[in-house]
Amino acid sequence: MIREHVLPAARATLCTLLITGVAYPLLCTGLALVLFPQRARGSFVTDDAGHTVGSELIAQPFASAAYVQPRPSAAGDKGWDANNSGGSNLGATSKKLRDRVQADVSRLKTENPDALAEIPAELVTTSGSGLDPHLSPAAVRWQIPRIARARQVAPDRIERLVADQIEGRDLGFLGEPRVNVLLLNLALDRLLGKPVAPPGK
Amino acid sequence: MTTSGWIQLLVFAALILVCTRPVGGYLFRVFETETPPLKSTLGAVERLLLRLVGVDPKKEQTWVQYAMALLAFSAFSMLVTYAMLRMQHGLPLNPQGFANVDPALAFNTAASFTTNTNWQSYSGEQVMSHLSQMAALAWHNFTSAAAGIGVALALSRGLARRPGPDGAKTLGNFWVDLIRAHVYVLIPASIITALIFVSQGVTQTFAGPQTVTTLEGLQQIIALGPVASQEAIKMLGTNGGGFFNANSAHPFENPTPFANLLQMFLIFIIPAGLTNTFGRMARDAREGWALFGAMSALFLIGALVCWGAEARPNAALAGLGVDQSMGNLEGKECRFGVAGSTLFATVTTDASCGAVNSMHDSFNPIGGLVPMLNIQLGELVFGGVGAGLYAMLIMAILTVFIAGLMVGRTPEYLGKKIEAREMKLAVLYTLIFPLIILAPAAWAAIDKGALASLNNGGPHGLSEILYAFTSAAGNNGSAFAGLNANTNFWNFSLGISMLAGRFFMLLPALALGGAMIGKKVVPQSLGTFPTTGALFSALLCAVILIVGALTFFPALALGPVVEALLAQSGKVF
Repeated sequence: MIREHVLPAARATLCTLLITGVAYPLLCTGLALVLFPQRARGSFVTDDAGHTVGSELIAQPFASAAYVQPRPSAAGDKGWDANNSGGSNLGATSKKLRDRVQADVSRLKTENPDALAEIPAELVTTSGSGLDPHLSPAAVRWQIPRIARARQVAPDRIERLVADQIEGRDLGFLGEPRVNVLLLNLALDRLLGKPVAPPGK
Repeated sequence: MTTSGWIQLLVFAALILVCTRPVGGYLFRVFETETPPLKSTLGAVERLLLRLVGVDPKKEQTWVQYAMALLAFSAFSMLVTYAMLRMQHGLPLNPQGFANVDPALAFNTAASFTTNTNWQSYSGEQVMSHLSQMAALAWHNFTSAAAGIGVALALSRGLARRPGPDGAKTLGNFWVDLIRAHVYVLIPASIITALIFVSQGVTQTFAGPQTVTTLEGLQQIIALGPVASQEAIKMLGTNGGGFFNANSAHPFENPTPFANLLQMFLIFIIPAGLTNTFGRMARDAREGWALFGAMSALFLIGALVCWGAEARPNAALAGLGVDQSMGNLEGKECRFGVAGSTLFATVTTDASCGAVNSMHDSFNPIGGLVPMLNIQLGELVFGGVGAGLYAMLIMAILTVFIAGLMVGRTPEYLGKKIEAREMKLAVLYTLIFPLIILAPAAWAAIDKGALASLNNGGPHGLSEILYAFTSAAGNNGSAFAGLNANTNFWNFSLGISMLAGRFFMLLPALALGGAMIGKKVVPQSLGTFPTTGALFSALLCAVILIVGALTFFPALALGPVVEALLAQSGKVF
């Protein structure tokens, strides 16, 4: 019994642990850092001054009226916690969900007096990760009147920038068309300058 | 339901269909012939490993010996994982300085990964060091998948092998199957796919979390890690345990819709290929395609129902002035949309994967019913790596038995008679599963401490409980993740459920292989019920749906079904 099963089990445990638990991830890391170093390290992006301002793949909070704002986030206590990902996990009969959306709707309506009446759903729903770096083109366009007013430029200048930033579906049929919020905001700053921080901020 | 969504579904189904035969052939060559691919290089690795393990690869095992080897290996590796988690603080590659994992959570997690479940009561980036992730956990993603393939092969051999003159008794050698699955299949495929994932943006680094100053001048801490290597085997081995709490919804785990397609493909490809391997073992490819056909039908039904439900608005947002033309987006990522999220949810629960790219807890009631029912049907729609095939074969035996009753003839499968002992084992397998789901779920539903963990009220709260035990017993690992499972009640009850769902079901499957192996093959006659055509596939689907529906409908009626009706009327809890 011991010789037939237990000893092989112990030796197989050790062998597989060293190969798949240690050697395999080490090999993958080595190859990844050589082949795709920027991706492997987290797809960090820098502004024109060379400061790392975040990861292209990770949503960050934007409160200023002059920036495109991301989806609400349930990651961490305050949202957008890239060290504590997660969704709200609230279902279709949840009062908490309804109340939260209602509050977001009235805030967005106040902040965006010139926007279309119907708010695109992404702007009031949290994503699965809480770190969704994208918005649909419609949800970005919905915010253009506010951004144009805050930056005191004509809306169609921003419109054109947004159109440039739309990523289509992968291979033409996978996923949904989307705009990366951080990259768009960096492009906005590049085109129109950094917004002046509102007083008291 | 968008055009691009339809194309995505069809392309995905076509990819699986086209790859089933070559993958099945490859697996057949690896496990059932003496001329595996790349015999000179990989063969040398295989021989070296078998020598290190210290077994004679020529010596085959009876079902009891096969089961003993598997149980010994599982027990040993589970203990090692438990110990590593308990000692995590003192071990290397712990840039965040995480503390040792608590006993209850360490038990739950060790059981979870040993059983190929990958239920996670913890948030990866908040609790697990890099070493724990890659060695204590991702290691099991390989071994538990390899063990699952082994059991499927053993049962298939029992059904398909023709006994020799002295009557065959053996079902193969567990250690050989285990090592071959690693060397020829799981490791090479994982290395390639891990690198593809990195090219898409999945991280692969041993660095700790990086702090950045955002464009608006706030501090953001971004967790990193060796994710891609774990991601590849997480999908290929139908494990599903995410590096991060948000699993495949996290942009570092699943950054693009293309990566999403690849993840779904990886989940299905080995289970689909194994149906073809089975057909080759049975010396009639149609035997495999009959199983594949039944699986495909159930897959398509589930995918369409789930997609249809989620393409509808979320009732909680009704009347608030929100444009829900893109469907229910709570808990879903923009890049995948409703089509990419629901297809993933269907695939991950058809198989025993359990990775999620959207939060099933926030699905519309019927959208959330589909993943739960998929698991309750027994995860045999392609199913887990190995586990899907043996679950389907047991339903096939049940089907020929029922067909035999209808025509009044002793049932046969692959020319071997199905008799009392085999039926007892098949029924045992079929009954254990609902027992270990419904009994603990009923207990949790009346336990105050357990109920304190719920995130949603009303019938959706019951769904959270039901989903948790369904997922644990089915070794799936996905969740209605609002449930706070990191309490003693949930960690222990779910941990035991996972162990029972793996080993109490795999033993009857192996025993069935043992019961069938020595049987004489009866020559086909006019009265033989054919198990190769569309009629058999349809009957098989019917048996699966009837068994699943009869068992779980009452519980589902009180959860998602009632919730769907209440949501319609605008009720909230």
